[in-house]
Amino acid sequence: MSHDHDHPHDNELDPMAARVRALETILTEKGLVDPKAIDAIVETYETKIGPRNGAKVVAKAWVDPEFNAWLRRDATAAIASLSYTGRQGEHMQAVFNTPETHNLVVCTLCSCYPWSVLGLPPVWYKSPPYRSRAVIDPRGVLAEFDLILPDTMNIRVWDSTAELRYLIIPLRPEGTEGWSEEQLAELVTRDSMIGTGLARVPEAA
Amino acid sequence: MNGAQDIGGQMGFGPVNPEKDEPYFHASWEKRALGLTLAAGGMGHWNIDESRHARESLHPADYYSSSYYEIWTKALEVLLQRHGFITPEELKQGRSLGKGAEPKRVLKAENVAAALAKGGPCDRPVEQAPLFKAGDRVRTRNFNPETHTRLPRYARGKVGFVEAVRDGFVFPDSNAHGLGENPQYVYTVVFHGPEIWGEGADPTLTLSIDAWESYLELA
Repeated sequence: MSHDHDHPHDNELDPMAARVRALETILTEKGLVDPKAIDAIVETYETKIGPRNGAKVVAKAWVDPEFNAWLRRDATAAIASLSYTGRQGEHMQAVFNTPETHNLVVCTLCSCYPWSVLGLPPVWYKSPPYRSRAVIDPRGVLAEFDLILPDTMNIRVWDSTAELRYLIIPLRPEGTEGWSEEQLAELVTRDSMIGTGLARVPEAA
Repeated sequence: MNGAQDIGGQMGFGPVNPEKDEPYFHASWEKRALGLTLAAGGMGHWNIDESRHARESLHPADYYSSSYYEIWTKALEVLLQRHGFITPEELKQGRSLGKGAEPKRVLKAENVAAALAKGGPCDRPVEQAPLFKAGDRVRTRNFNPETHTRLPRYARGKVGFVEAVRDGFVFPDSNAHGLGENPQYVYTVVFHGPEIWGEGADPTLTLSIDAWESYLELA
């Protein structure tokens, strides 16, 4: 039986809910953690830090050549200029898709992910199927995201084995000339910044 | 270590199954597990490398049958016991049975925003010049340490080229074990797909890892 909310009647908690509650109880009683700090951490990643951050970086890179050049030169500083900094985004690299090469990011050894611009990673990114196959069968993995690349396109897979965190800059969709940054950011999906998708194509007018 | 975590190229896990409009959390306890892990880490008694090593040291059967927040929680219990903050008996009873180790600091709610915004940079100055430069042909070392390393098995003993020389970074292989930060330059090393996967490999594939200097030698 699984619950998606906490109850006072502990005997009905599933094993992990009970285990985590026990741990929080012990640490709180010992004064080692502040439950309100946990609330604040959760709230930050539920409401403040997510893939909309990255989408704004991408849209700005599409419209602003100076920002684009800065992002290529020093992604950490360029992204920090938009106030996206901090945990799991301390050392950023921007990787630009080209018409010849599609880029894909994975962390085979754990689940390293650029939290500051994409938020918390989705379950599939942290799970063995993606982590094991992205490096050996990227085309097969991409097909599971309904992304079929031409046979002639090169694929570059980035295994985040160190502390550099990679943000893919997808190609700007055609038919978006003159669009504002805000409009463009709406086309930038989370998956397009991991490499398991492309930026959305604007709907035909 | 050649642990359960090192799964690049391993087979049999099935399809990826991305979830449409996936929520950040699938249960309330996952939120608490995330917060607990970050808050306890904020006491400053272990580093990210020791955390990763605790996770990958779970028994493979346990690792593969656990969700990621389960892995985090189980590793956090190990770290808290190793550093003297809690006991097995307390975990069993689900309550504190007395005082444990004294924390260096406790993360308070009002400091969370600043702590998360600051993060934990792990670039460090390295005095000597980098041994390798962009364009160098390098071979990764072939080793099998029982301790923590960030050189995946699939990329050991392989020839690639240095694409970029990065900054100096804390060396996880020693830092995970309390043996010091010993910073080294990190290099982005690119391999041609067939060098890694051999016969039948996708010829359009190139693959890169970020490798600490001591993982590499000139080829």
